[in-house]
Amino acid sequence: MSCFLTEEQQMLKDLCAQIAREKILPVREELDESGEFPWEIVKVFAESDICGVYIPEEYGGFGGGAMEMCVATEELSRVCGGISLSFAATALGTYPILLFGSDEQKKKYLPPIAAGEKLAAFALTEANAGSDAGAIETTAVLDGDEYVINGTKQWITNGGEAETYTVVARTKKGVGIRGISCLIVEKDTPGFTFGKKENKMGIRASATRELIFQDCRVPKENLLGREGMGFMVAMKTFDHSRPGVAAQAVGIAQGALDEAVKYARHREQFGQPVASFQGLQFMLADMATQVEAARAIVHQAARIVDSGSKDLAKISAMAKLFASDVAMSVTTDAVQVLGGYGYMKEYPVEKMMRDAKITQIYEGTNQIQRAVIASQVIKESAAKEKRGE
Amino acid sequence: MRIVVLIKQVPDTTEVRMDRETNTLIREGVPSIINPFDMYALEEGLRMREAAGEGTVTVMSMGPPQVEDALREALSIGIDDAILLSDRAFAGSDTWSTSYTLAAGVRKLGDVDVILCGKQAIDGDTAQVGPGVARLLGIPQVAYVKAAALDGAECTVERMMEDGHDVLRVPLPALFTVVKDINEPRLPSLKGKMKAKKAEITVWGAADLDVDPAELGLDGSPTRVMKIFAPELKAGGVVFEGETEETVPKLVEELLPILRGEAQ
Ligand SMILES: Cc1cc2nc3c(=O)[nH]c(=O)nc-3n(C[C@H](O)[C@H](O)[C@H](O)COP(=O)(O)OP(=O)(O)OC[C@H]3O[C@@H](n4cnc5c(N)ncnc54)[C@H](O)[C@@H]3O)c2cc1C
Repeated sequence: MSCFLTEEQQMLKDLCAQIAREKILPVREELDESGEFPWEIVKVFAESDICGVYIPEEYGGFGGGAMEMCVATEELSRVCGGISLSFAATALGTYPILLFGSDEQKKKYLPPIAAGEKLAAFALTEANAGSDAGAIETTAVLDGDEYVINGTKQWITNGGEAETYTVVARTKKGVGIRGISCLIVEKDTPGFTFGKKENKMGIRASATRELIFQDCRVPKENLLGREGMGFMVAMKTFDHSRPGVAAQAVGIAQGALDEAVKYARHREQFGQPVASFQGLQFMLADMATQVEAARAIVHQAARIVDSGSKDLAKISAMAKLFASDVAMSVTTDAVQVLGGYGYMKEYPVEKMMRDAKITQIYEGTNQIQRAVIASQVIKESAAKEKRGE
Repeated sequence: MRIVVLIKQVPDTTEVRMDRETNTLIREGVPSIINPFDMYALEEGLRMREAAGEGTVTVMSMGPPQVEDALREALSIGIDDAILLSDRAFAGSDTWSTSYTLAAGVRKLGDVDVILCGKQAIDGDTAQVGPGVARLLGIPQVAYVKAAALDGAECTVERMMEDGHDVLRVPLPALFTVVKDINEPRLPSLKGKMKAKKAEITVWGAADLDVDPAELGLDGSPTRVMKIFAPELKAGGVVFEGETEETVPKLVEELLPILRGEAQ
């Protein structure tokens, strides 16, 4: 399927497919089992110039955008949605700098990320602030030329492995989300340590970890945008990164579909391949159709992001919602197509089913995506009415 | 430092099937790839250049125009330039005239320090072209190299043997054919792929080379293929049936003379 990709995007897709096949496939089972971070693969991403595909050329990147990020993420996730996350979550951590960083901040932080020398992470969630991100309790208090950060972030992807963290913290109390700001914190800053590393259901090759800030001082210059903009920074970041989660979901779904079709062609019962039974054929047809539709909405979202449009919240949320639900249903069906073998670790579909689940949860649960979409739809309708349409 | 890597485009044998009627390979619709052993030669060329801190690595191949794809793939992993020896007159070359033509191509480049090849091509499996080129150029050659270290005007190599390996110091220029153990070939980079796409590939025909037309192509090839056939599969082998206590001594009894070299 050409998907109307440019020649360069097709090249990127081919390269990522080659990396996935030759480098990721041989280690995915082992890393899923051990939960070890895929540094060897990150090195391959770096050497292949994958890390900076969505970063402008002036900061050492390839000069692409959301489409490139999505194409790469899907292709890598087809083989392992956990390993690919080292790349995709770095994009999440990088977007606040890309979107709101000063030229100086960009010059300082983007080139090493583009080169694959450093990974990034985005830290919003806390124990008492998940869907309700405005409830964060981590504070950043200005003291002279420095912000002093205190608090604990939880479940931060790439935590402990990344060098560059974009951290959302409260700079002013009592003013709700207007008191929230976003700061860049470098690994090894005194007062910044890592806590518990999570033992997870899926994406086990991805590190999910606690970030602990105890009187951690960062220079004032590390503030992204202005004080009080942090919640907006986070929301705009999600507008850009959610198509990436959606692409990860499409990749996982496609990988599971491929396995299911291949297996059904070879497995014989009642003297014939199980793929010859219409009951199974209809499942495969539905799975394939869902994957295709999910990819279409991801590409649509990526194109709208890359068009420079400001109205991204709805389409990004739709892509994330739809593709992640597809990933969950297709991977579950893939396990069903493989029957008992699908339930065993000898076949990759049980892992894909475990990996798919997270795409419905992080970067806003799918309930939250629906809330975002609904609020946009209602707003649009009200605006139309006001204009007398 | 000038390094030349000789590569061959071959059908992806994992995709090749046999025509049972004619006993020939069905090549139609089979994708072409760089001979897998040559990927190790390309990688070694890059490593030698990196170790030397300077120099160029040139990739050269003889074949029809579509071999350009293989050369571009080589460029995408960082090879500096590519030369295609292509001419109707080269068609039908066996290992002799292929070596002859490639040697002429290398000679035209002028001073070359190292020539690298894969140990053999997976389609013909002859392992003759590399050594043939060295012979025609009058330079030393070592086959089955599994490690190489440049040291000024010499190169120390390890040659894989069935019962161990030889360590040899070879004066340059020299030709080495390499085995899989020598390195792990790198993947292309995005920038490399873009560069490769736009790169100019030099094409030399018979007229560009200092060659005797009588030595080229099918006419210059002494090899005559009399018959191609698939060897018969020997089924079965010996099966020892019974309890382990009985079968193991029987097996040992059968095996010992073979191991001692006494059996026919
Ligand atoms: C593996 C993993 C990696 C993660 N990586 C990161 C990261 O890198 N950075 C980061 O900041 N965070 C990260 N997170 C956190 C993630 O974004 C949150 O888990 C997510 O936003 C949901 O928050 P919660 O888990 O606290 O669920 P809760 O908010 O407690 O939700 C519980 C349930 O209630 C529902 N719910 C909540 N509010 C509403 C509502 N208003 N309407 C309807 N339903 C509602 C939810 O949909 C959910 O079903 C990660 C999480 C995981 C598991």
